[in-house]
Amino acid sequence: MKSESTILEMKSITKEFPGVKALDNVNLKVVEAEIHAICGENGAGKSTLMKVLSGVYPYGTYEGEILFKDQLCEFKDIKQSEDLGIVIIHQELALIPELSIAENIFLGNEQARKGVINWNETISKARELLNKVGLQESPNTLIKDIGVGKQQLVEIAKALSKNVKLLILDEPTAALNENDSENLLNLLMELRTQGMTSIIISHKLNEIKKVANSVTIIRDGQSIETIATADITEDRIINGMVGRSLTNRYPERQPNIGETFFEVKHWNTYHPIQSERQIVKDVNLHIKKGEIVGIAGLMGSGRTELAMSIFGKSYGKKTSGEVYKDGKQLDLSTVSKAIKEGIAYVSEDRKEYGLILMNDIKENISLASLNKIASKNVINDSKEYVVAEEYRTKMNIKTPSVNQTVGNLSGGNQQKVVLSKWMFSEPDLLILDEPTRGIDVGAKYEIYTIMNELASQGKGILVISSELPEIIGMCDRIYVMSEGQITGEVEKADATQEVLMKYMTNSRG
Amino acid sequence: MNSMTSFIKKNLKQSSMVIALVLITLLFQVLTDGTLLKPLNITNLILQNSYILILAVGMVLVIITGHIDLSVGSVAAFVGAISAILMINMEMNPVLATIICLAVGALIGAWQGFWIAYVGIPAFIVTLAGMLLFRGLTLVVLQGQSIAPYPESFQKISNGFLPDVFGGTDIHILSIIIGVAVSLILIGLEIKGRNNQLRYNFEVGSKGLFYAKLVAIFAVVNTFTYVLATYKGLPNILVILFAIIVAYTFVMKKTIIGRHVYAVGGNLKAASLSGVQTKKVTFGVFVNMGVLAALSGLIFAARLNAATPRAGNLFELDAIAAVFIGGASAYGGVGTVVGAVIGGLVMGVMNNGMSILGLGIDWQQAIKGLVLLVAVAFDIINKKKS
Repeated sequence: MKSESTILEMKSITKEFPGVKALDNVNLKVVEAEIHAICGENGAGKSTLMKVLSGVYPYGTYEGEILFKDQLCEFKDIKQSEDLGIVIIHQELALIPELSIAENIFLGNEQARKGVINWNETISKARELLNKVGLQESPNTLIKDIGVGKQQLVEIAKALSKNVKLLILDEPTAALNENDSENLLNLLMELRTQGMTSIIISHKLNEIKKVANSVTIIRDGQSIETIATADITEDRIINGMVGRSLTNRYPERQPNIGETFFEVKHWNTYHPIQSERQIVKDVNLHIKKGEIVGIAGLMGSGRTELAMSIFGKSYGKKTSGEVYKDGKQLDLSTVSKAIKEGIAYVSEDRKEYGLILMNDIKENISLASLNKIASKNVINDSKEYVVAEEYRTKMNIKTPSVNQTVGNLSGGNQQKVVLSKWMFSEPDLLILDEPTRGIDVGAKYEIYTIMNELASQGKGILVISSELPEIIGMCDRIYVMSEGQITGEVEKADATQEVLMKYMTNSRG
Repeated sequence: MNSMTSFIKKNLKQSSMVIALVLITLLFQVLTDGTLLKPLNITNLILQNSYILILAVGMVLVIITGHIDLSVGSVAAFVGAISAILMINMEMNPVLATIICLAVGALIGAWQGFWIAYVGIPAFIVTLAGMLLFRGLTLVVLQGQSIAPYPESFQKISNGFLPDVFGGTDIHILSIIIGVAVSLILIGLEIKGRNNQLRYNFEVGSKGLFYAKLVAIFAVVNTFTYVLATYKGLPNILVILFAIIVAYTFVMKKTIIGRHVYAVGGNLKAASLSGVQTKKVTFGVFVNMGVLAALSGLIFAARLNAATPRAGNLFELDAIAAVFIGGASAYGGVGTVVGAVIGGLVMGVMNNGMSILGLGIDWQQAIKGLVLLVAVAFDIINKKKS
């Protein structure tokens, strides 16, 4: 590092919403040309802090001072902060799928003279920026045709086009697979050597450890401490985030595994549009009572597609194969039949596939099992309320009332609502697709505890996860998928990241 | 504390449309020197708006599922035309003819629902096509001419009143009794609901407010029936309308089907992954819309005592406007039957009031357009604040 000069200082920032103090006297100091990580549980105030910094919450709606390059900043909107070179990339990417990469990069900042766009300049500049971020795609490619990982790079190219001095990334790798995450982090380190400063918000502690020069921990709206490079360890960060040390990230469990009760045989499915593309190829698997079984695999390996095609053919075309429960072959041709047969599927994207955000907690919990609270098709409101209350307590959903709209809950609490919905359907087999994506350490632990409890009741659990430590920490047995096939089956005792990785990248011709 | 204010806010929002309706009614009552709320005029208001209100009830379901139906005016006209052929040209029994007409409505709904739910063509396009198609077929069936008159028994749907079994002379006694009974049932339901909420420790409003509400319910219902009783009593159409509103409110609020309709509009993918048969629900909602459009067409034909090629013109827009004024969301998942009816009444009172004032159809249209925009803007701005 060159000189240790401070580029950004946020002094005693306090931000109140009606009834809640979201930020309470937070201090943040970022050194020039470093990667500064911000850690904290969901709802700790990280995003609020970044919104204050970027002018989403304008000057005057918060207390405290922001100094950028020793200048006092009073941003009235995002435009003003961008003019100074502070650019924020949100968790939900702000790209337009139907426009090309080049058009997206210069969106709002078009290379134009008197309102007429100079396409040659646009393309050549875009090409330059794509080179800088290491993305080998034509600037004319549409955003919808490239994966999330590449889209993330386009976002960074867009930021670079705005002459960014301070880049803020909110959970940049949450939706990326290992490979793409790796690329992105390498790019950030590369840009750092060129003098760019970044702030990165992330839940992935191993990544933080890898790239960050310093870490500021925020808990309950307060800045707890800033840790320098030498002292960054995962335990130390977790300690700061939850205010206690989580000695074990995965709860203790005495597995009590019974007989095989659920079997999938010769399962095949094809892509819904490109119908000659086989997504799942001759998959066989079984699950025992009380067993937690994992499916590991890279994105695109067919994990989710396998689960969804089993769950009432909600994915794919020309699906074939047999499913047996307790020796009896099941008809799983629709979702409602699958639910009736005791299968539940918690999808990987809870906002898109799991919840009705505008409805309240109780309506979301009851949706998959309305029959249980209704007689002759008429819903018993009181019963619904009682059931929802029961799950609110049992699952520790942090909300004053089950009449709360689900869209207002934090990610961890939303996930608990989805879990409640499927627990209420009383399944024998619970399929969890990325159950802890984007939720904080504390809530993760709670969800693991719930999984263990369900297993101890004799239910079978099938977990799909991209986080290998999670799969290894939680599962009794692990299937590994690659290119639509099961390439390996590993017992807990033999499971290491290296072994799984080997199967994940291995295709069995 | 926080939950208390949000509770008040929520309730204010729910009743804001009612307040708007009351204010508009009072405004026109003053502007028309009291003509608006005269017994004769109230009766007219009900008769004039019944077919739009029925369409609005069907339309709110369509809009909750995130779709739209532009064809209802044409469907109403087409079914009206068929009813005329059956009852006037073929002299069919009116009851049988009515049943056939409702079945035709269901078939039309199924036709459109098939393209929308199972083929996946946007409802806007399917029903735009339906709007042209059924308007054209109406002209074909009627050969461009009006057919009249209907048998008297059929006209009674729209123009008849409940007979007074108690033989009141100046006043319609049966209407008064029905008013008292209905208001007592409503009050009973309110009390039961509140007791239920208390039992489960829900937040409830203050006791004073609650009693005020009960008194208001009793006063409004009975004043309404009393005023009607001083004229000819309760129109038949009001009874049909009331039954439809009660039935659909119940279905949407209390039954699994209703919950599924909201779920499909709220998040189609999540609903489908929760076992809701989303295609069937969408299909069913359009079949239902077809039946109600047919009913609306019959009522309109009975009121006019003729089937005309231009019947039902622009009904779809009035019904859609009513639904949005009544607080439904254009993105789906939000809306209530009662809201749609109140929205329809807001439009109806304005139409009627402006007509009494002698305002031309030109200005009436312009003002209605502005009211629609302001009502929805008010709703959206309100939502952004919260």
